[in-house]
Amino acid sequence: MTQTHRLTDGGRIDRDRPIDFFFNGRRYSGYEGDTLASALLANGVMLVGRSFKYHRPRGITSAGTEEQNALVQLERGARTISNMLATRVPLYEGLDAASVNCWPSHNFDFMAVNSLFHRILPAGFYYKTFMWPVSAWKYYEHIIRRAAGLGRSPMEPDADTYDKMNAHADLVVVGGGPAGLTAARSAAIHGARVILVDEQTELGGQLLNERFDINGHPATDWVADIEAELMAMPNVTILKHTTAFGYYDHGFIGFLQNRSNNVAFGEDGRSRQRMWRVRAKNVLLATGSLERPLIYSDNDRPGCMLAGAVRAYVNRYGVTPGNRHVIFTNNDDAYRSALDVKAAGGDVACIVDLRTKPKGELVTQAIEAGIDVIEGSVITAVIGGKRVRAVEIMKLNEDGMGVTGTVQTITCDIVGSSGGWNPVVHLHSHSGGKNVWRDEDGVFVPGDTLQSEQVCGAAAGSFSLQAALNEGDFAGIDFASKLGLPTKKPGAVPKTSSDVAEEPWKLLWYIPTTKPAGQRGKHFIDQQNDVTVTDVQLAAREGYRSVEHAKRYTTLGMATDQGKTGNIPGHAILSAALGQTIPETGTTTFRPPYSPVTMGAIAGRYVGDFFDPVRRTPMHDCHEKAGCLWEDVGQWRRPWYYPADGESMQDTVNRECLAVRNHVGMLDATTLGKIDIQGPDAAEFLNRIYTNAWLKLAPGKCRYGLMLGEDGMIMDDGVTSCLGENHYLMTTTSGGAPRVMAWLEEWLQTEWPDLKVYLTSVTEQFATLQLAGPNARALLSEFTKDIDLDNDAFPFMSWKSGTVADIPARIYRISFTGELSYEINVPASAGLSLWTDIMIAGEKFGIEPFGTETMHVLRAEKGFIIVGQETDGTTAPGDLGMDWIVSKKKPDFIGKRSMSRPDMLRDDRKQLVGLLTSDPSEVLPEGGQIVAETQPKPPMTMIGHVTSSYYSAALEHSIALALVKGGRARMGDTVYVPIDGKTVSCEVVEPIFYDKEGNRIND
Amino acid sequence: MFLIPCPWCGEREESEFSYGHEAHIVRPEDPEKLSDAEWANYLFMRTNPKGPHLERWVHTAGCRRWFNVARNTHTNEILAVYLMGEKPPKNLAKEPVKGAKS
Repeated sequence: MTQTHRLTDGGRIDRDRPIDFFFNGRRYSGYEGDTLASALLANGVMLVGRSFKYHRPRGITSAGTEEQNALVQLERGARTISNMLATRVPLYEGLDAASVNCWPSHNFDFMAVNSLFHRILPAGFYYKTFMWPVSAWKYYEHIIRRAAGLGRSPMEPDADTYDKMNAHADLVVVGGGPAGLTAARSAAIHGARVILVDEQTELGGQLLNERFDINGHPATDWVADIEAELMAMPNVTILKHTTAFGYYDHGFIGFLQNRSNNVAFGEDGRSRQRMWRVRAKNVLLATGSLERPLIYSDNDRPGCMLAGAVRAYVNRYGVTPGNRHVIFTNNDDAYRSALDVKAAGGDVACIVDLRTKPKGELVTQAIEAGIDVIEGSVITAVIGGKRVRAVEIMKLNEDGMGVTGTVQTITCDIVGSSGGWNPVVHLHSHSGGKNVWRDEDGVFVPGDTLQSEQVCGAAAGSFSLQAALNEGDFAGIDFASKLGLPTKKPGAVPKTSSDVAEEPWKLLWYIPTTKPAGQRGKHFIDQQNDVTVTDVQLAAREGYRSVEHAKRYTTLGMATDQGKTGNIPGHAILSAALGQTIPETGTTTFRPPYSPVTMGAIAGRYVGDFFDPVRRTPMHDCHEKAGCLWEDVGQWRRPWYYPADGESMQDTVNRECLAVRNHVGMLDATTLGKIDIQGPDAAEFLNRIYTNAWLKLAPGKCRYGLMLGEDGMIMDDGVTSCLGENHYLMTTTSGGAPRVMAWLEEWLQTEWPDLKVYLTSVTEQFATLQLAGPNARALLSEFTKDIDLDNDAFPFMSWKSGTVADIPARIYRISFTGELSYEINVPASAGLSLWTDIMIAGEKFGIEPFGTETMHVLRAEKGFIIVGQETDGTTAPGDLGMDWIVSKKKPDFIGKRSMSRPDMLRDDRKQLVGLLTSDPSEVLPEGGQIVAETQPKPPMTMIGHVTSSYYSAALEHSIALALVKGGRARMGDTVYVPIDGKTVSCEVVEPIFYDKEGNRIND
Repeated sequence: MFLIPCPWCGEREESEFSYGHEAHIVRPEDPEKLSDAEWANYLFMRTNPKGPHLERWVHTAGCRRWFNVARNTHTNEILAVYLMGEKPPKNLAKEPVKGAKS
């Protein structure tokens, strides 16, 4: 392919370095320095995709971040990235991009039929039509998603790596245009540590797109000089191709840095993108401005673009976007585009200026250059479907509400329109600053700031180059002096060629045609979301008076471009429809990110093994060798069950359960939280934290405790043992340990600082081996000489210290299985050897290691609760039938007062019950919904849910625990659990299934 | 993301801290004597001012100490930090911040 639209010279591209690339499967050629968009235009490719809702053909509209249409899917497979802006993708060898949102191809799109049905696809159409009946949404949704999607998500894991960088700065300068460069320099020469960040691959900002001179030389030379000067300063960091995407509290700014132009950069393991987390003492926003289009009929036809983009392509990339250009403007600045096209040898058909008798210096220059200026007129129609072929022009009425006179048809293939420029106030808005409407040119400019921040140059509404240079210089000195650095007076201000007298813009938000809006072509405000003038007017008619509501209803400004071009015209048109001023309507709040940030960069290195730390017990390797499967409990990895060859999970769990019930089993209980509590007020503290009485627990004794929140709901449970005078060891649930520790500390530090109590987390200091089963005593006695295991000497709920296998140990006789059970605590380093020794010695006793699944079954057989399974933050002790552990005598404890609130006394609270299915082999699903009466089909009145459900090998029957409204009054009743096409009937029973008398535990 | 000056460790990133609701809400001496409404008021009701707000934070990923912070909820400026049991500094802006609705 030849580059039909490439100029023979000029631009910032390197004609000695051609680059081949692919777009929609076809090979093209461009040059180093091109973007994908400029290279496509050089090849005469204007049509780049289809629109979001109507699937209208769409072309490139801009040369930067404000691009609305040229979204591409970049690369394929694991490195594919969706919704990349062709105007922001630097060209590299072999680049492979495709249009998004067109099917089957961008040139022929079946969904374009939507366009014919515009009248049935107005604003809010999806809400109005497809949300009724609600149940049918699932059928519509996938069709609509397909019709209205943008890019595709990758189907493979991301092949790239990303990383993060933390940095501090005296001053962060966002924007490397004239204002940012002078500010960075003047702050840096006074000694400030400066980070200068710019989203483009080169510094210079708008100067890269213009033909300006500074001090008699091309402005880009001036940029290069300053860049060299900054590079030489050790206190300056320059980050190019890096977007400051969010400006948060206390000078915290996020950058997304592209470390290479080429997506393949990451192939050798380097990070492709880097997230910078920067803490800035001061921030200067020199973010420039973005041009806004005029909203004329069929302004979305491929070939309609921003006037500034036309000259950006000519000046920066050496590309004339079309063969014949029309410029349509309300201001003088757009005349530069016509002049630049002309100067480069391109063809300018005319300038259509909606102002009458424009007289600015640039107007004179255009006329002198032989460009036809049609004043007081507007474009009323664009002819052409996949490419602009001509425009129709008529005289604008004096009031701007209509057009008159004869139609003049002008052949052209590019329309560059300009409705003025909007300061980029996004980051100012992120930081908490307000924006203020400036009536004379219809722009929001930055108002008061909450942080140590300044805005200058075009971002502050100072659109001239001279102003940008001056303001930047002053701001830099200002910040330096704020930092306490000795400052000098500003140097001589550079002289620029650009500052000619310009006449005011004429604000006309909607360009009329011969017919009312919507009846002659479509006036698009937001091309990315296909929002038209009539959509916004409809929203106003339907009562959406708040700009925030109208935005969500019409989706104006909600696409990936976040309304960078369309917001102001959209709000202006909404205001007009509501009959109020723009400041009365207000603007929506800009929120981060300024432009899309990849999920990969947000995650950084915290993926895969680094996603979350894994905590392993000292016996981990033993379990692994035994072939266990793992269960994640909080950050802990616990053995789930230990399958033998060929066993199903149920087989294994049955075998493990029966081993514990009939012989002996061993569980790694190391993960239970352990908190060492010491101090003269320790008993009093426990008494306030737990629901039951703790003042009289003697050394050597253990007690179960239930902990509530101040709202009376169960928070955690566990056994606490008195180790000695003023010394206790609290155990918590495995997952709850950090929370409980924090909870106890909070009370001690904030409410009861007078209590002398000290807490130490000792979870990881001990390995805990739980022996459970009738043979536990006989087995353990082989390992200890100095601890009397006799039932009278060492009864249930007591503990002893001594040695086990000559290792210092504490043994707690407590039980979560309902069997005779000892929890042996030894120093963590001894856990592995002791586990191994006991397993060997236990063979003759029929020992089996068991995992969390078996533990759950055994405790459920006994009706022991698990916090977080039988409880959900709305469960009180009474709901679980655990009033026995709530002291009636204690005047106060955490949560006590809440237990007498009226809601806690209701009879129909959900209460813990047992369920026995009529079919003993039927195991209910946990979470199964319970009903008292079945109906042929939903809805049915839910009275509760299944919290725990297992098959009990000991009982040869399935068992379940459930929370059921008024459950204790339903004993013996039949309830039903409807699941997947069948209904399981169950009998409500007491929530205990095995050894109801508790003989085995005390044996 | 705030930069919070822990009274024990100095300035640290907000991500090291946990928020612990409004400060100076004292647990009632004898909860049993309170009406349901009074207890609910202690349990659930918090002020939500636009402007200076006294609140508790804990340096979770640092010294694990609780302390009080006076923060302007409008600007997020940290006006003061002070220890548990101490009274808030008197010189905090009393008048509501500009733009605040009373």
